[in-house]
Amino acid sequence: MIGSTAPADARPASRTRRLLALARAETLLLVRNRAALANALLLPVGFVGLFAVLGGVGDDDASGQAVAAGVLAMLLVVALIFVVYYNLTTAYVARREDRVLQRLLTGSTTRVDALLAPALPAVVVVVLVQLGLGYAAVSAMIEPPGMANPVLVLVAALGGAVVLGAIAAATAGFSRTVESVQLTTLPAIVLILPFAGLFPTPDAISTVARFTPLRPVTELMGLGLTGTDAAGQTLSFVETFGAAGLPVLVLAGWTTLGVLAARRWMRWAPRR
Amino acid sequence: MTFEPIVSLRGVRRRYGPFEAVRGVDLDLRRGELLALLGTNGAGKTSLVELVEGLAPADAGQIRVLGHDPYRERSRIVGGLGVMLQEAGFSSDLTTVETMRMWAGTLARPRPVDEVLADLALTSRADVRVGSLSGGERRRLDLALAILGHPELLVLDEPTTGLDPESRRAVWRLVRGLLEDGATVLLTTHYLEEAEELADRVAIMRAGRVVREGTVAEAVAAEPARIEFVPHDGPGATLRLTTTDLPAMPGLVHADVDRGRVRVRTSALQEDLEIVLTWAREHGLRLEELEARSASLEQAFLSLAEGTDEEVAA
Repeated sequence: MIGSTAPADARPASRTRRLLALARAETLLLVRNRAALANALLLPVGFVGLFAVLGGVGDDDASGQAVAAGVLAMLLVVALIFVVYYNLTTAYVARREDRVLQRLLTGSTTRVDALLAPALPAVVVVVLVQLGLGYAAVSAMIEPPGMANPVLVLVAALGGAVVLGAIAAATAGFSRTVESVQLTTLPAIVLILPFAGLFPTPDAISTVARFTPLRPVTELMGLGLTGTDAAGQTLSFVETFGAAGLPVLVLAGWTTLGVLAARRWMRWAPRR
Repeated sequence: MTFEPIVSLRGVRRRYGPFEAVRGVDLDLRRGELLALLGTNGAGKTSLVELVEGLAPADAGQIRVLGHDPYRERSRIVGGLGVMLQEAGFSSDLTTVETMRMWAGTLARPRPVDEVLADLALTSRADVRVGSLSGGERRRLDLALAILGHPELLVLDEPTTGLDPESRRAVWRLVRGLLEDGATVLLTTHYLEEAEELADRVAIMRAGRVVREGTVAEAVAAEPARIEFVPHDGPGATLRLTTTDLPAMPGLVHADVDRGRVRVRTSALQEDLEIVLTWAREHGLRLEELEARSASLEQAFLSLAEGTDEEVAA
């Protein structure tokens, strides 16, 4: 080290390596936190079971495929809300209050790294695995929900995760403690969940609902799985992309708003 | 070879609203040296150190760290920087070694985790959850993370606060080892003994400014030395003298008598001590509890950072 004049290798590890190292630690933390783990693994399945039994999915004359796709969309929406939104808000608050974020930012970790790291296990392990297992489960129990356009299914899952991840970072800014997350996440959940398209809503509300954050996720799931649009028309593979335009735009819009909100409100150190 | 400082600060200022925590600091840190930044709480040490670490932008002035602006070009210096904050946390559900591996994964050229664990005597605690570590063990883990990436510049904000004397000495040995390997260290501390032990140079801060800077010897050079004694007469009874009874001393800065104890401050310790001893022999006095010593860093620190003893007493 002595005599080296230029800081030639004063650069951090690649972003991929950094993220993997941080995400590995976050995965361990998730596995060791029983409440968060139960939230992540059991809650979505339990919710879907409950709704499917109590309310039924789809119209009485809906095809088995439509019901299966509806159940899967519900699974995704509930997983996004509880696994991504609620658990991530908790993780961000916990890391901040433990002053882990402060430490990470002294090193090679960027703010984006610090936000992405807890999101990786949530999205990859939980949402995608849950979607895969859910697909197998509804196929066995009801009917295969189809796979008209897998790209749109993936866009639904990842796009929804990005929107809710950004809103989670913003919500974390309003949460002083891990416990208070139960309250601070409530407004967004109450505002988002009823309009996500899981339950029948009057037409007037439905038009507005199309512009809420998670409605595009159910729309994209419908398009991607059964290939039918909101009006119930069956579309070709190419046509599904056209129909996906509006929901993707809505997701992009909410992503922008979410990122702006996160930049505005996320805090990196505890209040003194 | 051209002289290029690892850290260079010129006219640096930092403000929090109306309060100015750093008020125009000029400071250089040369390659391979340890500079100890001293000051009371609120003197602006941590505010200044955060600017060097690139965690916040300066409101005025120029800062270069490893040849770059530490805030705007942080990604260019961060791999060469090892930082130990005063209060940074851990996830208590990760073990020591998991925490180290996570940190190592973010670095371009990490040292082997096992080697650093051994250096900090944490090997036996590798598989213990961080939440179960003692305060001293956590501080050592702090330091372990700071040195894990082979930093060229190590910034340690009160590294031994809360450590027992033995752990403190262990940290000192480690820091000395890093210096021998060529690292440059900026350290803040409350412990003047620590600065005397480790520092090539010290900088004393007061109210956002560096009020004295130099080697420990230079920092104390301007401070008067002390002579203290309790005069007794031949049979052994304490004599109550006043300052007018004392002999004339050329280096005298200040003298007082407190319950029989005579305290002299002098800028010419050897000469004035000789005068006092001669005076005592001529008057047949015994000087009990005789002490004569050069100014310590603590004394220089106290007089600079908090005002002089006289001011405090007054």
